Amino acid sequence: MLVIASLLAGLVFGLGLILSGMVNPAKVLGFLDLAGPWDPSLALVMAGAIAVGLVAFHVVRNRTVSLLGAKMRLPTSRHPDRRLVLGSLVFGIGWGIGGFCPGPGMVSLAMGEAKALVFVVAMLIGMGIFELFERRKQALLMRPA
Amino acid sequence: MSVDWNAFTPWSALAGGVLIGVAAAMFVLLNGRIAGISGVIGGLLKPSPGDIAWRAAFVVGLLSAPLAYSLFAVLPKPQIAAPYGALVLAGLLVGIGTRYGSGCTSGHGVCGLSRLSPRSLVATAAFMGAGFITVYAIRHLLGT
Repeated sequence: MLVIASLLAGLVFGLGLILSGMVNPAKVLGFLDLAGPWDPSLALVMAGAIAVGLVAFHVVRNRTVSLLGAKMRLPTSRHPDRRLVLGSLVFGIGWGIGGFCPGPGMVSLAMGEAKALVFVVAMLIGMGIFELFERRKQALLMRPA
Repeated sequence: MSVDWNAFTPWSALAGGVLIGVAAAMFVLLNGRIAGISGVIGGLLKPSPGDIAWRAAFVVGLLSAPLAYSLFAVLPKPQIAAPYGALVLAGLLVGIGTRYGSGCTSGHGVCGLSRLSPRSLVATAAFMGAGFITVYAIRHLLGT
């Protein structure tokens, strides 16, 4: 059941990305270009998504298991740190260069866009680099002093 | 600042946003998890038992969306102006940045803000600010 729910959530998410215009980098960059002819559409995408999200996350706030009985796994840390800020800045630069964030990159790839394939492969390599660094850090921490 | 009213698509943006919100709501209500794309995909790169199927299913759902959409409406064509080299750089930065920053537009921007998380508010301000500045630099300072 959890796997089917996951599949459906991914599907609906993807449909939303297509309908909203998020899969179109030209539209995303039109929103990020405050100094040019500005397209405010993406602000409404966020508003629509958050309006629904606020209700859903309010409903689940005290639950310990999901409606399907899975353990709730929501982040507990609430305080920003350096790593969060630096990582997000790096992400924002990449977003501004290509006009793609991870979800739209994936969906655009499934639309058969060769350029999206290049973006997604590079993104997976970037995520792989992160994993390698994390593993090396773990190994250093585990090593007896 | 001048608004480009011809490019502005309020209704499809709002409706698409609601669908994204519904997907995030389904995921937290049914699976008890944050629908964060970078986290879902990133977790596949360090597979642990019992943690692969739901992630793969989410990605399959995401990748099936264009096909499903095309059954009901004409699929829009993404306009990707950035050259291949720039997309390689963009992909690397997005991959590394979202993992170090523990999330992207979906995890922080949609789910985190919906949870009123201060962490996600800071992350969203950081990546949007960096996005605004990057586009300004590329389009208005470098003039490409």
